[in-house]
Amino acid sequence: MRRVLTLYRSSVGKKIMMAVSGILLFGFIVGHMVGNLKAFQSHNGDGTHPLDTYAEFLREVGYPLVPEGGLLWAFRLVLLAAVGVHIIAAIQLWSGARTARPGRYRKEDSQVFSYASRTMRWGGVIVAVFVVYHILHFTTGHAHPDFEYGRVYDNLVIGFQNPLVAGFYIVAVGALCLHLYHGLWSVFTTLGVQNRRIDRIRRPLAAAISVILFLGFTSVPLAVLTRILTLP
Amino acid sequence: MKLKLHIWRQTSPRSKGDFQAYDLDGVSPHMSFLDMLDLLNEQILEEGGEPVAFEHDCREGICGSCGMVINGIAHGPEKLITACQLHMRTFKDGDEIWIEPWRAAAFPVIKDLVVERASFDRIIQAGGYISVRSGSAQDANAIPIPKADADRAFDAAACIGCGACVAACPNASAMLFTAAKAAHLSYLPQGQTERLQRAADMVTAHDEEGFGNCTNHGACQEVCPKGISVDYIGRLNRDVLKATLSGVEVTTR
Amino acid sequence: MELDAKIPDGPIAEKWTRHQFEMKLVNPCNKRKYKVIVVGTGLAGGAAAATMGELGYDVHCFTYHDSPRRAHSISAQGGINAAKNYQGDGDSIFRLFYDTVKGGDFRSREANVYRLAELSVNIIDQAVAQGVPFAREYGGLLDNRSFGGAQVSRTFYARGQTGQQLLLGCYQALERQIHLGTVQMYNRHEMLDVILIDGRARGIVTRHLLTGEIEAHMADAVVLGTGGYSNVFFLSTNAKACNVTSIWRAAKKGAGFANPCFTQIHPTCIPQSGEYQSKLTLMSESLRNDGRIWVPTKPGDERPANDIPESDRDYYLERLYPSFGNLSPRDISSRRAKEMVDAGQGVGPLKNGVYLDFRDAIQRLGKDKVSERYGNLFQMYEKITGEDPYSVPMRIFPAPHYTMGGLWVDYNLMTNIPGLFAIGEANFSDHGANRLGASALMQGLADGYFIMPLTLGNYLVDAPSGGVDPDHPAARDAIRECVAIQERLLSTGGKRSVDSFHMELGRIVWDHCGMARNESGLKEALKRIPELREEFWRDVKVPGSGADLNQSLEKAGRVADFMEFAEIMCWDALTRDESCGAHYREEHVTEEGEAKRDDENFLHGAVWEFKGVGEEPVRHEEPLTFEHVPLSQRSYK
Repeated sequence: MRRVLTLYRSSVGKKIMMAVSGILLFGFIVGHMVGNLKAFQSHNGDGTHPLDTYAEFLREVGYPLVPEGGLLWAFRLVLLAAVGVHIIAAIQLWSGARTARPGRYRKEDSQVFSYASRTMRWGGVIVAVFVVYHILHFTTGHAHPDFEYGRVYDNLVIGFQNPLVAGFYIVAVGALCLHLYHGLWSVFTTLGVQNRRIDRIRRPLAAAISVILFLGFTSVPLAVLTRILTLP
Repeated sequence: MKLKLHIWRQTSPRSKGDFQAYDLDGVSPHMSFLDMLDLLNEQILEEGGEPVAFEHDCREGICGSCGMVINGIAHGPEKLITACQLHMRTFKDGDEIWIEPWRAAAFPVIKDLVVERASFDRIIQAGGYISVRSGSAQDANAIPIPKADADRAFDAAACIGCGACVAACPNASAMLFTAAKAAHLSYLPQGQTERLQRAADMVTAHDEEGFGNCTNHGACQEVCPKGISVDYIGRLNRDVLKATLSGVEVTTR
Repeated sequence: MELDAKIPDGPIAEKWTRHQFEMKLVNPCNKRKYKVIVVGTGLAGGAAAATMGELGYDVHCFTYHDSPRRAHSISAQGGINAAKNYQGDGDSIFRLFYDTVKGGDFRSREANVYRLAELSVNIIDQAVAQGVPFAREYGGLLDNRSFGGAQVSRTFYARGQTGQQLLLGCYQALERQIHLGTVQMYNRHEMLDVILIDGRARGIVTRHLLTGEIEAHMADAVVLGTGGYSNVFFLSTNAKACNVTSIWRAAKKGAGFANPCFTQIHPTCIPQSGEYQSKLTLMSESLRNDGRIWVPTKPGDERPANDIPESDRDYYLERLYPSFGNLSPRDISSRRAKEMVDAGQGVGPLKNGVYLDFRDAIQRLGKDKVSERYGNLFQMYEKITGEDPYSVPMRIFPAPHYTMGGLWVDYNLMTNIPGLFAIGEANFSDHGANRLGASALMQGLADGYFIMPLTLGNYLVDAPSGGVDPDHPAARDAIRECVAIQERLLSTGGKRSVDSFHMELGRIVWDHCGMARNESGLKEALKRIPELREEFWRDVKVPGSGADLNQSLEKAGRVADFMEFAEIMCWDALTRDESCGAHYREEHVTEEGEAKRDDENFLHGAVWEFKGVGEEPVRHEEPLTFEHVPLSQRSYK
């Protein structure tokens, strides 16, 4: 632990922590996207939807070895910790960078950075705001007009039938994917995982993954808006 | 050529600087950028003003003294050169040129375009060397070094310490400078003994000097007059990680 | 002036070993009690400061740069010689010694040169251990090339940046000692004077370039590694700040200045593109391996180079020196180029260059091969001139580049002022009248790493130490003098810029004491320099104050010293009534037009004693003997 703290004290260490927590969160996002695609499955015979069953499964997995919802909560805690580390390190690094660069240039030249790298911080903030809304919307229901516990599919379709909600969701996912694009390829540098082959493929790879995630996530609200997905 | 120059003038580290505009006539396209500033200074002197202070020495791109942000880009619009190697044929008659000093907390402005870069020396002091006494070396050919490694070490060692990487970095990070020195030494067999200690100490010194952190923008590589690659930063990161995991303590200073 | 070279007894190959044993040593525990000042952080100064720090002395090191890494050694391109004989081509310490003495046209000290050749091998070991990335063969061993017309391959190199890499090795060693606390570094401090107490060097006066503070630093010995004075010509390949101030002020305090007229002109520089230009760029001499040098036969030929047929081209080096051709030594190539330009056959918009043509090399080897060998140089040339050397011939012209002259030192590198040492280009010791390519780095590092740190102890053991502080009357006087000079520069209130004076001085020295000299020209220069100096002090314009960063004031101080120094240079050239090496007196040429030595009357180093500004200096002689290299006439036909 002491070594981890020593590492964290240096700027490189903070970045490594961001990279590691980022990888965890990335794993979650991939799983989440795959889970979302269950929305396209047809209803079960009993009127429930596979998405509901899937959610139920997530709550019950591991029972009775662990209390009901135990693994889910453990997983949530790990994610929360990762989010915490990711955000705190980001803020510390950001404030360090702000002190390091007090003034701006009269004519900033933007050609030398990619759009994604310049939007990491603000993109991160947008993603964070979205995550809070997203939890209130689909997990706890506080921000959902017709929330019904356990009826995940119905909540989802009703939620996305509002074009404003769906639009915000798509924009936020776009920000998330841009964030992921820069994060994904730069994670190789941060962790020093490098060789000629990796260097050649890391940017296209990051771009491909980001696009797939974007398409996967936005397919659901788009399907609701185009009435491919409807209430039974 | 006739030019409109906007140059950052600042009388001392604590005073507030600002841009001042100058009209300069009679600029030849064959002049180097610094020849052009010499011409301007002669004109300012004639008008009874104080010439613009800027650092320069070898004027052939190797000493690393010169450096200024020209129209928003460190060392100006041409790639792989320093400000002294930039020639006026890059510009055209009637152009407006904005000239500013490097801006970074760890590079305080001393006067006009001159900044203090002693922080770079202190990063080297922290470990940017191989500890060998004069006269204690074995025969130079005793350790053969694969040509590829020697070449890679050289690519990193080409750094001239001008500070353009810091100037261009939105975080004012000096990781490219730090990583280049660490990489130069870590590609060589002689540099292995102190490799992890060096990585840990140099990064600590880098942070203590008030440089920001690297967020992989890559702006440093774009402006580096010697084309030093950001890949070295990854190599240094890995060494820092290894150093910490294997319990290397940062040398207290 | 007493000039005892203190050359140790014994056979030449044993002198240094024997001397090392005979020198007195300082007890390791006592070393930290001795304070040593080193001025300059180039290869000589930086290496000396680092090594003396390693030995345990209390070292205080000064540079006017913002960092020790900026010293002008960094610009050296070609390489460094060493008698390693890694190529097995018959090289040896004796051969390097022999070549260097002969190359210096028999105007250097045999014992010093032998030691230099001997130490050359240790330098390479040291540099490699420090991590200097020399070029290597595929097998992993060090690569060598033949350089500057040498008959063996003994030059080690790191691409075209050998000086940079060696300096960085030295800088890193220095920074390590700074970290360990044995060296205290004073950046942005310019040395203005040396302080003598009881005839010994006991300190220096410096000006802090940011605050303007002029103060004294006291020590038990002072080492000057402050480089050469090529900038007396205004246009040279030296960095802009290079100057003669520290060694000149030492000379004014009584140190002998040896052979000031021995200045080397490098044949392959990019010609000046206009009056505004203040610095010339050197292109590596290696270009002469494949490029052919020519000028149009007809003076004033306006045709573009590629339109001039073979019959109208004069490949003058190949014509005059069939065996060496384009690889003729530096002084010869330079002089011939000047003759061509003077005869109106110069090329380029200002008619101030000669062609260095790669057309035939590209036809013979292919563009790829040429690009592999010289790609980075071609690119550099194109950046500067805007011309593509693959399709149009390069234009080159000689430019001042290195000065063999410097403070007179004995075998211990000590000047005639006890406690004042001079190392590297700042002294006169090893290159005689002409320096061979790739030998400057070698000498700087031999002095810095291996000689200075040892001879220092020998001096300190018997010298008074400690007990003087910056309030000593001698220190106060020296400070007062420096302040007075500065006040005078700032209060002149004239109309002309410092640069305009420097340019005019440079023109006089270049015309009359440059590549070719003659009696009437030198007398003319000796008449005009004092006039210009007088005008300088009457009409120079230095804006701003002395209390902060004032680059005009810095320049003014340096130019003021060049104004005095230039005279001694011309005196030396005038009184050395012979030609030798780079010193070419038009009155003394062989039938083939080469330098003709007069060993009967000039087999000595000329050492000048300053007698006051505008006064005729006094010439002393250190006789030279050649026991191992028989005197002979150079011939490159």
